[in-house]
Amino acid sequence: MIETADLSLVDWSRAQFALTAMYHWIFVPLTLGLSFIVAMMETVYYRTGKEEWKRMTRFWMTLFGINFAIGVATGIILEFEFGTNWSNYSWFVGDIFGAPLAIEGILAFFLESTFVAVMFFGWNKVSRKFHLVSTWLVAIGASLSALWILVANAWMQNPVGMTFNPETARNEMTDFLAVLTNPVAIDTFLHTVTSGFLLASVFVLGISAWFLLKGREEWMAGKSILIAGIFGLASSLIVALTGDISARTLAHVQPLKFAAFEAHYSGKDNAGLVAAGILKDSGQLTGDKAKKDFAVKVEIPGFLSVMTGGNRHVYVPGIEDLVYGNPDKGIMPVAEKMERGRYARDILMDYKRARKSNNAGEAEVLRGMFSDKNFIDDYFRYFGYAFLDKPEDVIPNVSVAFYTFHLMVMLGFFFILLCALALFFHYRGSLQKQKWLLWMMMISVPLAYIASQSGWVLKEMGRQPWIIQDLMPVGTAVSNINSGPVIVTFVLFAILFTVLLIAEVSIMTKQIKTGPKN
Amino acid sequence: MLTLVSHSFLQGYWWVIISLLGALLVFLMFVQGGQSMIFSISRDEMHKTMVVNALGHKWEFTFTTLVTFGGAFFASFPLFYATSFGGAYWLWIAILFSFTIQAIAYEYRSKPANVLGKKTFDVFLLVNGIFGPFLIGTAVATFFTGSQFSLDHMNHVRWANNWHGLEALTDARNLALGLAVLFLVRSNGCMYIINSVKDEDLAAKAGRKLMVNAVVFLVFFLFFLVSVLLSEGYAVDGDGKVTLEKYKYFQNFVQMPLVLVLFLAGVIGVLSGIIMTVFRRSRRGIWYSGPGTILAVFSLFLIAGFSGTAFYPSSFDPGSSLTIRNASSSRFTLQTMMYVSFIIPFVFWYIWYAWKSISRKKISEEELSEEPHLY
Repeated sequence: MIETADLSLVDWSRAQFALTAMYHWIFVPLTLGLSFIVAMMETVYYRTGKEEWKRMTRFWMTLFGINFAIGVATGIILEFEFGTNWSNYSWFVGDIFGAPLAIEGILAFFLESTFVAVMFFGWNKVSRKFHLVSTWLVAIGASLSALWILVANAWMQNPVGMTFNPETARNEMTDFLAVLTNPVAIDTFLHTVTSGFLLASVFVLGISAWFLLKGREEWMAGKSILIAGIFGLASSLIVALTGDISARTLAHVQPLKFAAFEAHYSGKDNAGLVAAGILKDSGQLTGDKAKKDFAVKVEIPGFLSVMTGGNRHVYVPGIEDLVYGNPDKGIMPVAEKMERGRYARDILMDYKRARKSNNAGEAEVLRGMFSDKNFIDDYFRYFGYAFLDKPEDVIPNVSVAFYTFHLMVMLGFFFILLCALALFFHYRGSLQKQKWLLWMMMISVPLAYIASQSGWVLKEMGRQPWIIQDLMPVGTAVSNINSGPVIVTFVLFAILFTVLLIAEVSIMTKQIKTGPKN
Repeated sequence: MLTLVSHSFLQGYWWVIISLLGALLVFLMFVQGGQSMIFSISRDEMHKTMVVNALGHKWEFTFTTLVTFGGAFFASFPLFYATSFGGAYWLWIAILFSFTIQAIAYEYRSKPANVLGKKTFDVFLLVNGIFGPFLIGTAVATFFTGSQFSLDHMNHVRWANNWHGLEALTDARNLALGLAVLFLVRSNGCMYIINSVKDEDLAAKAGRKLMVNAVVFLVFFLFFLVSVLLSEGYAVDGDGKVTLEKYKYFQNFVQMPLVLVLFLAGVIGVLSGIIMTVFRRSRRGIWYSGPGTILAVFSLFLIAGFSGTAFYPSSFDPGSSLTIRNASSSRFTLQTMMYVSFIIPFVFWYIWYAWKSISRKKISEEELSEEPHLY
């Protein structure tokens, strides 16, 4: 049977994957956005033939290259870690999860890596047109690779388009289109990619502001602000819109994550949205977990109901409804889901026993149950609950979910304002006089990274304890190794990533201080 | 019509694709081969810059091929991914580590304020250049010699020792293939440098190095080949039962003569490349050795997986051995990916086109002085 591994191993495996993913995500969003910004700049160079546009393009391209290399380095580790650290998971879902990874390699990575070589080394070797096409293909390739890995991630948040095969003891894909058009995949892709565009825009705004404050490269800084401001404003509006759509989807597919990021414990109609707040322990417990309350909060009445279902009268279930059930609202308690999951697990075990004892008749009957829609809908969909110890295990870390969500949203709105102000003063021709805004643009660069990281922490920690929603808890997904090797590799990777990050920041800083080359 | 394609056909189809990707990867590791000599082949800093930039124009192809090889293996044979990566933990982590430090080394080595200094990044290239090919070769050798694992009824792997893959280094045949791959890619690296760098001193030195590396490669490769062909292999019958069979891989060559022809053509290609470079001072040796490498490695993968053979055998519990039948993805997944794989020739085409476009001029001192982006 799927065994639950020791907690130390699970925690260290999670820590190692989180470490890699968070470092990877420092570099990827900048690559996603900067590639398009560079392509836009080069397009102007292509159309006008003016050398100053080429000079500017090459400056931002150099920063792209420094960042791209380390993104590639951390990316390969993530791919390998699915196998090295999560081997049970790799088998349980490899039939579905592996396909987007392979497609990503064939369709996107080769596009990106082939044309990035032309982009860097082709200035004196290929025509201007071919070079421009290459730069655009790098940008498209980067976003395409994000698409496929996000399709895979979305499947973990909302598994669709598959059936469980008891013979192989794994999920198998039956509908590729359903996997690709998974609503979570579409929301996640649009939200994630545009958030990368936004981060890159804020990065360009911040660096350009520094040049203006220093009184250097004013022409380049002004044009960069114009392009990044427009791109950033458009991206930030799409980020806000897709964030709103994502939240609605989440309310249906991962209601506990939704309730957790609002610290919404008791379900109600006309539920208010906490726009900002500080949590405290309420002194009460939900099972064995401390229940949170608000020390301070700013609430928009009724807005959580509107956000969830479009009007104030929509009932928004709270954490306790989702854990203990609410018969009036048709919400099944987790204890019942655990029972049903155990029943599905027992059927699987019975099937395995029947196969082992060559009882073909019984095996046939039991196997047939896994194709029966009623069994799937009523029992197998709760398969992962069989491995939980108690109902409260399904509650994610409420404080982490709440603060990451609110930080991300608040910063998201701030960036809309930042881009709009940058464009407004640029249009008025007085941006250079607005020292306060230039400083704000510079300070916003780390804030954009904080917002971006918060989004992923919310997405991944908010779905705990699941590695695959409702089907597989993380404790059953790890490789059968001791925690010792994982601790050693965690430390090795932590040192390596940190040293490389320091080198990257140092090189970037030097290149920025040096400015564009003639 | 394609919906009529059987699961069995698709499993074979994807083993061919995996074999091809593996073969391309070994060829493209001429980059690693070149890296393993950056200190010894360079007379001065300019030589090193020329070598690093010649290799640096191609490192991303190798890296992407490795990533795609991993992704395609995960997608088409997920049980291998789960079993080998999760079990032979240290072996794969070591491979991973060596490629991670490569990815930043090119871009960072000559950038000002790179904190670690140019030499450290060059050492990263050297480490990747030696250990990347050697460890990959060692890992691939276990396709023939076996690993110590067992699978339970839920297909979860248990490794039979606490070395988690490092025990592969104690088998002489594994070491022999690891070293053969290392010296093959070094040989290919020499030929690539001779072909792509316009510098007579460097070409002469690469030629001398090629002679030594080629001899060492042949010794280790012949040792591995002969020992594998003469040893027992892991045969699978129609019911999936795995048994040890004498001369299994030799038999596979006999039963698949086309594969034998491909293998011999590959060996001849590699030898031709070496001979024409060493004895006729030709600069075009890589154009023979490269395709030769691809054909030879491709056919070795084919004999490891086809003709009723377990491609990832367990020497601890032969019944747990992985075959292209029991380790593959479902028919639907393999078929979906087959549609995607139809784009591969187009991918080859644009890589070729882009590669040619930026390789028109040989790397030279003069060319580097005009190059705006230098490694």
